[in-house]
Amino acid sequence: MTARDSIDLERLGAIIAAHGHMPGPTLPTLHAIQEAFGFIPEAAIQMIADAENRSRAEIHGVVTFYHDFRQAPAGRHVVKVCRAEACQAMGGEAVAKRISSRLGLDFGETAADGGVTLENVYCLGLCATAPSAMVDERLCGRLTPDKAERIVAETLS
Amino acid sequence: MSLVEENDYGTPAVKSATTVTLTIDGEAVTVPAGTSIMRAAAEMGTKVPKLCATDSVKAFGSCRMCLVEVEGRPGTPASCTTPVADGMQVRTQTERLKRLRRGMMELYISDHPLDCLTCGANGDCELQDMAGAVGLREVRYGYEGENHTHMEKDRSNPYFDYDPSKCIVCSRCVRACEETQGTFALTIEGRGFDSRVSPGAHEDFLSSECVSCGACVQACPTATLIEKSIVEIGQPEHSVVTTCAYCGVGCSFKAEMRGDELVRMVPFKDGKANRGHSCVKGRFAWGYATHKDRILKPMVRARITDPWQEVSWEEAFAHVAKEFRRIQGQYGKEAVGGITSSRCTNEETYLVQKMIRAGFGNNNVDTCARVCHSPTGYGLKTAFGTSAGTQDFDSVEETDVVIVIGANPTDGHPVFASRLKKRLRQGARLIVIDPRRIDLVKSAHVEADYHLPLRPGTNVAVVTALAHVVVTEGLVDEQFVRDFCDWSEFEDWAAFVSDPRHAPEAVEKLTGVPAASIRGAARLFATGGNGAIYYGLGVTEHSQGTTTVMAIANLALATGNLGRPGVGVNPLRGQNNVQGSCDMGSFPHEFPGYRHVSDDATREIFEKLWGVPLSNEPGLRIPNMFDAALDGSFKGLYVQGEDIVQSDPDTKHVTAGLSAMECVVVHDLFLNETANYAHVFLPGSTFLEKDGTFTNAERRINRVRKVMAPKNGYADWEVTQKLAQAMGMAMTYGHPSEIMDEIAATTPSFAGVSYEKLEEAGSVQWPCNEKAPDGTPVMHIGGFARGKGKFVITEYVPTDEKTGPRFPLLLTTGRILSQYNVGAQTRRTANTAWHPEDLLEMHPHDAENRGLKEGDWARLQSRAGETTLRVKVTDRVAPGVVYTTFHHPLTQANVITTDYSDWATNCPEYKVTAVQVAPSNGPSDWQEHYREHTELSRRIAVPEQAAE
Repeated sequence: MTARDSIDLERLGAIIAAHGHMPGPTLPTLHAIQEAFGFIPEAAIQMIADAENRSRAEIHGVVTFYHDFRQAPAGRHVVKVCRAEACQAMGGEAVAKRISSRLGLDFGETAADGGVTLENVYCLGLCATAPSAMVDERLCGRLTPDKAERIVAETLS
Repeated sequence: MSLVEENDYGTPAVKSATTVTLTIDGEAVTVPAGTSIMRAAAEMGTKVPKLCATDSVKAFGSCRMCLVEVEGRPGTPASCTTPVADGMQVRTQTERLKRLRRGMMELYISDHPLDCLTCGANGDCELQDMAGAVGLREVRYGYEGENHTHMEKDRSNPYFDYDPSKCIVCSRCVRACEETQGTFALTIEGRGFDSRVSPGAHEDFLSSECVSCGACVQACPTATLIEKSIVEIGQPEHSVVTTCAYCGVGCSFKAEMRGDELVRMVPFKDGKANRGHSCVKGRFAWGYATHKDRILKPMVRARITDPWQEVSWEEAFAHVAKEFRRIQGQYGKEAVGGITSSRCTNEETYLVQKMIRAGFGNNNVDTCARVCHSPTGYGLKTAFGTSAGTQDFDSVEETDVVIVIGANPTDGHPVFASRLKKRLRQGARLIVIDPRRIDLVKSAHVEADYHLPLRPGTNVAVVTALAHVVVTEGLVDEQFVRDFCDWSEFEDWAAFVSDPRHAPEAVEKLTGVPAASIRGAARLFATGGNGAIYYGLGVTEHSQGTTTVMAIANLALATGNLGRPGVGVNPLRGQNNVQGSCDMGSFPHEFPGYRHVSDDATREIFEKLWGVPLSNEPGLRIPNMFDAALDGSFKGLYVQGEDIVQSDPDTKHVTAGLSAMECVVVHDLFLNETANYAHVFLPGSTFLEKDGTFTNAERRINRVRKVMAPKNGYADWEVTQKLAQAMGMAMTYGHPSEIMDEIAATTPSFAGVSYEKLEEAGSVQWPCNEKAPDGTPVMHIGGFARGKGKFVITEYVPTDEKTGPRFPLLLTTGRILSQYNVGAQTRRTANTAWHPEDLLEMHPHDAENRGLKEGDWARLQSRAGETTLRVKVTDRVAPGVVYTTFHHPLTQANVITTDYSDWATNCPEYKVTAVQVAPSNGPSDWQEHYREHTELSRRIAVPEQAAE
């Protein structure tokens, strides 16, 4: 069974209804859905559109505009590597390359076993300790390729 | 001839009482305050380079091509988003601007396929034009970097392609879908480099929310959204402005041609009905004009079961003349008649009624308006003195509260619906009175304040209850009534509607509408500012159709909503020229201009001109023709451009009537259903093949212009003229303009109309005469055509068509966006992609009770007949109500409808039929019988046989 099939539509509907009274409810609704489901299920697009009297296209436009709204469930762990200017200047690209090859994933991909998702991030606000990454909720600074590989390996083990 | 070029001013015109003067490149220009610098420049003929701006949508400021310098201001503001100011000094061309623009263009072109020579838009591409305008000579970035040129095309829409590799993400299509069409089917998905246009939620165009109106294609500056016909044929070389032949909105289009081949239809910005917008039918569904099914040679036969024999035009005319004269000799002068078409031009309609009145010598002429808006003619003439809507379409821009009753504009009158939705998005309030939850009740960015989902057949009760609230709660505009109406008539009416039996609470059970909704709606309409009522066939096609029209008129009078822009009573006329065909004397009791045949003065005008005595007795209405045929007193019928077998109610009665006639002449594009019962077939011509005029729902007389020779040899007016000549009439018009001159000379409301006038003004709304030389956009300003506005008592009388144990459900019928009426045209286009068959909409509760699921075949049965069709389970209809369309002859929904009709005009009661629905496993007996007859009747003898 895929994640899509197992979506609890009743719960989805309840979340959408709970935000209906807000002015400009789209973003809070999407945040709440992602909080509950870990991503924005496809079924949510039409349901939000109906609830807000908008088109599917409009909701889809909002969801895809923000990278943080996922359209598929993430892996059990999420590794975000900063690719912005400061980190690049401090050797971040080598870190990114090492992590990518250690995981065998391109950026934006999730491992087939659902274990880990690798993502770009554009600035974690840790320019002072560049290059930086974020592994699940843990922020990591002053990375080297070796250090990054070790942290990733520890996390996945 | 060349292409009709239209200026693109970049941003929409601004209405403002104050003006602003500025200088642009040293030249002074004065424009309304709020105008953009770009538009001000365009008005003085200076083109500022642009890509994301076009004057049909609001400025967006994303492409950075239209940058200008303003003296004393820092930077280089975008001219599309910067409003003019007094004394502003603008420069549109400086070294700095040139460098900036060229740099921007380099970026665009570095991510664009360089296939201009083989691109469909070659010669009509704004990106290409701008590259030229900014003097692009090199792209320093090269073409090797990451780009979008590998992206796949979406060819799912039958009429246009979407090629994301050519997209410059200017959002013009997205904005056109939102602002012009109001569907919101497009978005930009992703961000930054990933940004791309997406229909729906990353769907293809066909499965998305797109309604294929063409606004996005029109707005696209590149080949990203492009008509398939342009890709296949190439760019047009000349164009002709003409009028769409589908619905009563009467949109103006440029027919863009290559030689005599139509390449595309493009909505014309100067068209005053559509203001540059279109729908899927007018914009794209014109392929029927060259469809292989068109019959191009006249044909005759002795019996309706014989194969057709092709004959020459001369033989055909002689045959009809001989037969009609024989019938008149044998059965009397009254034994023949004709039906004019709301699909044909004013001039053609005028000629048919003239041939019948002067040539046949009787008044047996009727028209398809009999079955649609005849109650409008009667009701509004009674109330106001003119058989027509009171406003122009522009009026909707000034309305504050809209009542839509018995109309489904997003499907039936899509371009008007877009204009209405635009006004609703600006804050106008909406009341929908309809048994079905139509899209206007709730769809993207539109939500009715009140939906009154009444039981079919209870219009009069609901509208009278609205009036009850207005009167009893003291919401009458007394000043208006005292000034413009007969006060004692008003008092009688007010006493009538005030009766407690008309209270919303008293009629709630009967109508199914909660009393609170009626009260709320009435208060809103009476107190919400300019109130306008728009209605359609859901009002007229009832046993009390005329009564409802008059009840609507009462409501408008009592609330003072007449005689100025933004208000009024607005019938949404169904067919392109239904207003015109009624104006042109198509009814058996009226000469052109709605003058009764018993009126001696009017008869004298025509007798003098036509040189024959004219009958003062009204002739037969369409349903009476069938009755008379079955009685044996009516034997010959000329039907121009109307498929009565499919469109008229109680099909079996219609076919029995036709079968009893001795000479049925069908004049049409195709072997339609009526032709199955015809003895003579005269090929018709399309609107592309003739000159003339159509009159739309706002009384606007629009020119129809010939863009190709008639494929059948003759325009329809020529066919009627030659037939009239064969019958011995002296009819010798050389051009339709001469017919219009005759109409103007004989009909006071058309006195000022001529082709010269139309050429000069573009279009004109009748009355157009000495008093109103430029026509009349809004009627009854400062008083009514009949003198005083008339209040009429509207007693609700339930229809005799009642549900009971045998037929417990109520069937009501309607239309769908992609198909038009009997579908003779749209079924012969790719529009069938959206609506391949008629479906029966049924509430889940009723479906479950009958063991029916989505897609099941169902038997639909009334006391008149039965048919089968598939079920669509939906809560758009209330329990107890079922709904279908009548676009497909296989379904023949009108086998079900009954012979009940409006008390005043005989307009059939299409909208209420008591039915039963049950599961089915095959076609009904009638469907089998009809299919067999059709197969037999449609045979055309091969020429060898014909020669024998």
